[in-house]
Amino acid sequence: MKSLHISVAAEKITSILGFPVTNSLLTSLIVMALLIVIAFKVNFQKTQKKKSKRSTLYLIFEMIIGGFYGFFKNIAGERTDQLFPLLMTLFLFIVFGNWIGLLPGVGSIGFYEHTVHGEVFVPLFRGPNADLNTTIALSLISVSVTQYLSIKAHGIKGYISRFINFTNPIKAFVGILELISEFAKILSFSFRLFGNIFAGEVLLMVMIFLIPVLVPIPFLALEIFVGFIQALVFTMLTTIFVVVATEKHE
Amino acid sequence: MELRDLAVALAIGLGTIGPGVGVGLIGKGAMEAIGRNPEAGSQITTTLILGIAFAEAIAIYALVIALIIKFV
Repeated sequence: MKSLHISVAAEKITSILGFPVTNSLLTSLIVMALLIVIAFKVNFQKTQKKKSKRSTLYLIFEMIIGGFYGFFKNIAGERTDQLFPLLMTLFLFIVFGNWIGLLPGVGSIGFYEHTVHGEVFVPLFRGPNADLNTTIALSLISVSVTQYLSIKAHGIKGYISRFINFTNPIKAFVGILELISEFAKILSFSFRLFGNIFAGEVLLMVMIFLIPVLVPIPFLALEIFVGFIQALVFTMLTTIFVVVATEKHE
Repeated sequence: MELRDLAVALAIGLGTIGPGVGVGLIGKGAMEAIGRNPEAGSQITTTLILGIAFAEAIAIYALVIALIIKFV
């Protein structure tokens, strides 16, 4: 029986100037290129004066972005305009990254590499969020933005006094907890996204391995849903953390 | 069977008990809320999904640990 091959880490496919290029990095570059092309196309349509000349793509993206603007406005209030470009970029990148991992060919097109363990199959593409490096990068962006906006709202002194505060013992202890929770945020953001997407890929792989015909289809539908929900949760939590961190106290 | 496989099974098996109960309680709360106030359904659903994502994250931690034991 052929055994199932699952790799937690992304596989290296080549290296440029000594930097390893993994298959998930390649896929995330493809996602970025796709998003940039769509952005230019949609933006070009926007300058068109006649409304009838606008394409379906433009209308679809106008609908998506308009819908999400209203959605985030409910949570972020007056901060929406400041945050929205970042949130929408994060959302689109994560959702396209999750969905591109479900396409046929991703994870199945590749080449064989000779290693010490014998011949190993190396896929050419891999979902960007099925690699812990990508999700840690995304969560670092999200948490740094939260810290930056918090400093901007409270000033350096107010920001530090949230963590180090000796006015009374309870506040000193709460400060330590706050400090830990900032680091826990990075971990929970990255592990949540990575775990969900990677677990989905493993689930699909196991299902295809067990019964290749028809049975994986409902799981595929589930993964489309999970990919959307995780992107939504990531952006929603970023919004909530920013709102909480920039709130004025007293 | 290796002892390592047993560790993997226990990690994910025990790790999903808590989140399972948690997701159940969240769902129960949301159902009751929608039953009492059906107009607020869409708002409750958003919060429901967020709450479930939080509870589910704990199961995901167990899964990550299980995967680390299994493959690393």
